[in-house]
Amino acid sequence: MQTTSSSSLQQNEEMRNLPHIKNVLNDNSLTFAEKIISIKNVETYGKKSTTISRSGDIVVVDVNLAMAQDSTGPLAIRSLNEMGIDSLHDPSKALLVIDHTFPAADEKVANLHAMMREFASKHNCMLVEGSISHQHILEYLAAPGMMILGADSHTCQSGCVGAFASGIGSTEVAAVWATGQLWLRIPETIRINISGIFNKGVFARDMILDYIGKIGEDGANYKALEWKFSNEDIRNQFSMDSRACISNASMECGVKISVFPVDVITRKYLDENPRINNNSSDNPYMKQIEIHPGNSAEYIDEFEIECDKLVPYVSGPDHIDIVHSVEELENVEIDQAFIGSSTNGRIEDLEVAARILKGRKVHKNTRCVVTPASVRVYEEAIRRGYVETYLEAGAVFTNATCGACVGTHLGALGDKEICISSSSRNFVGRMGALSSKVYLASPATVAVSAIEGKIADPRRYL
Amino acid sequence: MSEQPVIIPSISKGKAWVFGDNINTDIIIPFRFKSRTNDPYEMAKYAMYGFDPDFHKKISKGDIIIAGRNFGGGSSREQAPVALKYAGISAVVAESFARIFYRNAYTIGLPALEIPEIKGKINQGDELKIDITKFVVENTRTNETFRGREVPQFLRQMLLEGGLVEYYKKYKQFPWIQTQNSLGKS
Ligand code: SF4
Repeated sequence: MQTTSSSSLQQNEEMRNLPHIKNVLNDNSLTFAEKIISIKNVETYGKKSTTISRSGDIVVVDVNLAMAQDSTGPLAIRSLNEMGIDSLHDPSKALLVIDHTFPAADEKVANLHAMMREFASKHNCMLVEGSISHQHILEYLAAPGMMILGADSHTCQSGCVGAFASGIGSTEVAAVWATGQLWLRIPETIRINISGIFNKGVFARDMILDYIGKIGEDGANYKALEWKFSNEDIRNQFSMDSRACISNASMECGVKISVFPVDVITRKYLDENPRINNNSSDNPYMKQIEIHPGNSAEYIDEFEIECDKLVPYVSGPDHIDIVHSVEELENVEIDQAFIGSSTNGRIEDLEVAARILKGRKVHKNTRCVVTPASVRVYEEAIRRGYVETYLEAGAVFTNATCGACVGTHLGALGDKEICISSSSRNFVGRMGALSSKVYLASPATVAVSAIEGKIADPRRYL
Repeated sequence: MSEQPVIIPSISKGKAWVFGDNINTDIIIPFRFKSRTNDPYEMAKYAMYGFDPDFHKKISKGDIIIAGRNFGGGSSREQAPVALKYAGISAVVAESFARIFYRNAYTIGLPALEIPEIKGKINQGDELKIDITKFVVENTRTNETFRGREVPQFLRQMLLEGGLVEYYKKYKQFPWIQTQNSLGKS
């Protein structure tokens, strides 16, 4: 088993492999997925490959970051123990996040959290508590050209900065922690061309809900999505927060990865939010490789999205791909409105919710819960005065956690309750009782619905 | 870790439990149950909870799940195939699987056979026989047999050994560590 010095070893290997990397980056026939995997592909254990890999190939890759959270980490630790593996390949690439039920909601959860803390301290790997993993990774760790795997399906969020990022299982994370590598199948890619400017009240979340409604819950199963902007004006309406929302929510049509181009917005975001990994002496996170898909790459499908044709959408209940325009569902009464989650709990989301709630009151029959996605978002919401606005409006502002999104604490639903939510999923029983119903929408639609006590159209408020 | 690992034999027989499309991981095991335990036998008590909280009591060892498209969509929870396996399910046969569930099933040693033409060919309660060395399912009522979509050799090997942990315990290495550059095409 290799130990900590391997990341510098690996860097040397990558340097020696430079001609191959240049060839790959200049190859116009390759998609993003084909390029990055051709770079990360390893020939035999620890040695670099100089082969070009294509969609459908199954290869072993080097992984730059492997994450598990508090509902998948304990199983990963258990698997390592069962295999009798007690040293990690490179602890600076192992991340544990306590986010799903933070702070612990009961003693069983508390004991699993304790197990993670003990593991992290024993192995000196990264441990984060009280920020949602994907948001933490975006704020501090993800960089273009990284290979990020995580025992959480929404790991695909990091495609927003041009990383290959995908969800895997707990025992597979254990294997990556042990060896730094895993097998992957190179996905076929669907290219999505975006044109048009959003109308008032329409957001990135509406765009991805509409797309999933059109292609279906398994419409991109095993596939990569590559998002492409038709020009600079179109590009400029997609902030990093919006890209993160789209890459995250892409999971709901089954994707392996969902990647945005690395452009001025990416570079500005990375400049303003420096990558850090204090655990590592030679900091592999600082090494960024911008990977741009080739002009003549082969796509299995192309899709056009015209933003100016979109309206606010609501998905559900029970199925993500049942998508209605907000008008069709107006007047459905709700018991709870939830703004939060890794899908839509960023500062941009909290901003629009505060703008709508300012000087207004949450309906008397409705609870409104606002949960920031990370400690950093939480602090920023306080600094900007949003928290005061929420409290004055009669909403609840919680600590950063997954919370209501998984129905375990801070906003679980009772029998037959109806919730409109900016979170990721509306599966049966996702947020609590099997008979509860969840509708998904943008934070703006959720906020106006909180005020009216029923599903409502944000265009009347913005 | 005192509990005995369950290893599915290469040939099993059992009753069919037939489901439709898009059976997601929140149906297979809701978050609030799986997030509170690390014990596979405890997870098994919530297998298919979203469909029927008593499912684990109604099935017999060896029973097989037959499903439509996109079985196991949603979260990455490995507890989903674990709960099914420890509840006594010996295989899941579906028209298609969501990608993380498919990976997880092989990793934890639960046979997952993708057979698009299974649609409408198996009724609730049919007696089935499944052979994972040959990758075939037989419906003993109709005598029809169906073959699962091929998976790379290393995954089949891992499955036959009982999953990744059991494979590693035996060979002290991971099954995808091979000398050739490519593990295959699919
Ligand atoms: S907020 Fe919801 S979607 Fe995001 S990581 Fe947590 S549980 Fe998953």
